[in-house]
Amino acid sequence: MSGNGAFQERVGRADKPLDRIGVYVCHCGSNIAGTVDVEAVAKWAAEKLGRRGVIIARDYKFMCSSLGQELIEKDIKELGLTRVVVAACSPHLHERTFRKAAQRAGLNPYLCELVSIREQDSWVHSDKHAATEKAKAIVSGGVERIIHHVPLEPLRVPINPATLIVGGGIAGIQSALEIADSGFPVYLVEREPSIGGHMAQFDKTFPTLDCAACILTPKMVDVGAHPNITMLTYSEVERVDGYVGNFTVTIRKKARSIKTELCTGCGVCQEKCPKKVLDEVFEAGLGYRKAVYTPFAQAVPKYPVIDRVNCTYYQKGTCKACEKFCPTGAIDFKQADEIIQVQVGNIILATGYDLFDPRQIAQLGYGRLANVFTSLEFERLTNAAGPTNGKVVLRDGVTTPQSVGIVHCVGSRDRNYNNYCSVICCMQSLKFAHLVMERTGATVHNFYMDMRTAFKDYDEFYQRVLSEGALFVRGRVAEVTDAARLPGEEGKLIIQVEDTLLGKQRRIPVDMVILSAGLQPRHDAQETAKKFGISCSMNGWFIEKHPKLDPVATMTEGIYIAGCAQGPKDIPSSVSQGAAAAARVVSKIQQHEMALEPIRASINQDQCSGCRICNNLCPFNAIAFHADRVVSEINPALCQGCGTCIAACPAGAITGTGFSNEQILAQLEGLLMLNIDVDGGRAKPREEGVRA
Amino acid sequence: MIEQFEPTIIGFTCNWCSYRAADLAGTARLKYPPNIRLIRLMCSGRLDPTFVLQAFALGADGVMLTGCHPGECHYIEQNYKALRRYMLLQRLLAQMGIEPERLKLVWASAAEGAKFAEEVTRFVEQIRALGPLNWGDKVQVSSGKSQVTNDNEMQAPSPVTRPLPRRCPHEYQRQS
Repeated sequence: MSGNGAFQERVGRADKPLDRIGVYVCHCGSNIAGTVDVEAVAKWAAEKLGRRGVIIARDYKFMCSSLGQELIEKDIKELGLTRVVVAACSPHLHERTFRKAAQRAGLNPYLCELVSIREQDSWVHSDKHAATEKAKAIVSGGVERIIHHVPLEPLRVPINPATLIVGGGIAGIQSALEIADSGFPVYLVEREPSIGGHMAQFDKTFPTLDCAACILTPKMVDVGAHPNITMLTYSEVERVDGYVGNFTVTIRKKARSIKTELCTGCGVCQEKCPKKVLDEVFEAGLGYRKAVYTPFAQAVPKYPVIDRVNCTYYQKGTCKACEKFCPTGAIDFKQADEIIQVQVGNIILATGYDLFDPRQIAQLGYGRLANVFTSLEFERLTNAAGPTNGKVVLRDGVTTPQSVGIVHCVGSRDRNYNNYCSVICCMQSLKFAHLVMERTGATVHNFYMDMRTAFKDYDEFYQRVLSEGALFVRGRVAEVTDAARLPGEEGKLIIQVEDTLLGKQRRIPVDMVILSAGLQPRHDAQETAKKFGISCSMNGWFIEKHPKLDPVATMTEGIYIAGCAQGPKDIPSSVSQGAAAAARVVSKIQQHEMALEPIRASINQDQCSGCRICNNLCPFNAIAFHADRVVSEINPALCQGCGTCIAACPAGAITGTGFSNEQILAQLEGLLMLNIDVDGGRAKPREEGVRA
Repeated sequence: MIEQFEPTIIGFTCNWCSYRAADLAGTARLKYPPNIRLIRLMCSGRLDPTFVLQAFALGADGVMLTGCHPGECHYIEQNYKALRRYMLLQRLLAQMGIEPERLKLVWASAAEGAKFAEEVTRFVEQIRALGPLNWGDKVQVSSGKSQVTNDNEMQAPSPVTRPLPRRCPHEYQRQS
């Protein structure tokens, strides 16, 4: 009888009648049926798994369609199914769909299991026979597993109506306003002293050439004045605890050295401060600010901050000019960082992007040749409130360029740097071309790979810039150099490029080069992702729950993403995504409570020996030790269901719903097809021939 | 005669990263050999070493553990626990007469569908080269020479004298 183990035991157990299991195999059009013989799998399941309780196995074109779901519901009702296995796509896509269908038919939703024969079978294998065999194994694993499922009730947790938004750029601002207008409190955390983000740095926006400040600042003011929005600028999130509905967020409010309750934002301190500092953030290194500063005139909030690294008082102990002149005595040199905690139900991450640093591409000369500018620098040059008051001039501050070269795709669509398209650069370059021609009358050469002007009114703008006389050279720039070789090149920057339409090399001398640098994930995006329990894609952008159907949610319940943090996008898309994330959050808040997957661990108090091994394994401190009874106990509200304690308990006293030892071991046996032999005993794992 | 040995491989995946990597490999239609069959866990930290031993005992030729990259665990740091168990199993398997190379640990983030497919392909080749394991049978046949001992720290059940365990070994012991 060796090897005649558990199956016989389980099948024949008198106290538990055999389950009535239904197996449903989906064709998914040709997605599955193209590689897997779906009908054979269903037929096989009905025949071979009958002993395991399968009383019906069907295949259907699209199981997830309403007709497919009705099929399952009908069988549950008419055949009295007690468990359902659906073999179709990834559980991450449709598990909920089928569980809901089961629920409608009166079955506990957790007695329905979705096993993936698409993502993990038909799509990754081309051998039809092998894929069909694998599908059988997967179905058999699912059937074994579901025998051990127990009816579960989702955990209902209340949702805190407050929302945390991280990032005060246009996406974050939009989200904040939408949620606050719906009547719910919002905490808006921004790292810089003012909200506004990258958009505040721009002068014009494509394709309408709206003034960025004119459309952004009213929104910023709305945020500042909104009774439902608590702005936490010059602050960073330190830590996030809890789960959807009940996050506790620890925020560090960096010391502003300004008493905001006294400050009127008059600006006298900035006027009187003797220390000039190169502004590398807002002015992109083109202009100066003081050591006490607001990044720009329309900053929200209006309170300045003292930059302690550069302030003379903090460095040398003397000065205090700002304190001397402040009419309300709002300067506080002794202010310390403040750590605050807020309770929120949902979180939206709108942390934006970093500009690609073109210094990495040495041959383009940025950082070496004075008159090579980045796109952000050029934005500041054209901005009427910028360092040159909107005059397009060379680095010397006076000379107007006669000719300008704009290099597209700098650091984008380039295997050496970033593979992806940064989306905005084509339109941004067209905008630059227009602005240069409008303000200086200079000749403009655009060096592009492909013009990508999708979306509303974008191509019209391209046509307009073309008709205005901008020149376009299709080809990648090989080099920007100041080494003149031909007459007429002296004192100029020469752009060496292969014109792929003419099929020849060209040298084009210009006065100014603008590098349309691509967008990159924030340098600390990984760190941020880790803090909030989400993940980043290969390129470093936050991963959305579903690239098409759920681009604002993440795999972590209660955490949403918006704007460039999710991937490169322009202002209209950022605004749309910000609003979309807000809508998702508001709909969650209005449900007042939400159902959580009841995947939790629990300790059998009778079996627990009180060894406390599990206590230190839990990263959420969900396991408490009762010294009086010498047992440990899990707090289900804190448990996240990872299951590490279950695997570690030497007494086997911990069980986990949804992923119990029995379920996993049974699935293992099912996957190895040990359940389909005829004589009721354990099948030999391998054919006779192979064993020799 | 068997022309080419087709190993059976069990893969344990983390719900948050490697299972998603497997999904991504599917969405991207990357091809890998059909020898692997996946079991989804909520976290690689859920992996009870027994699962691996059981997989070998029941006929798997190789076991692949996958989890989030160090520092990226959805549950903060549980993949380190998986790493510890992997190290333990590596030692244990050798003592039990199983080539430690039959157990592989792969870190794969949700974005690394290509890596997942590549690692599976490589692992299948590796196991194919090692040949069939037939551990359950081997230890049964050569019961006297079995290297499976009951006094090591894992106290893995020996399939020599008992039917294959249905429970974790510790539970089994308690009942017997």
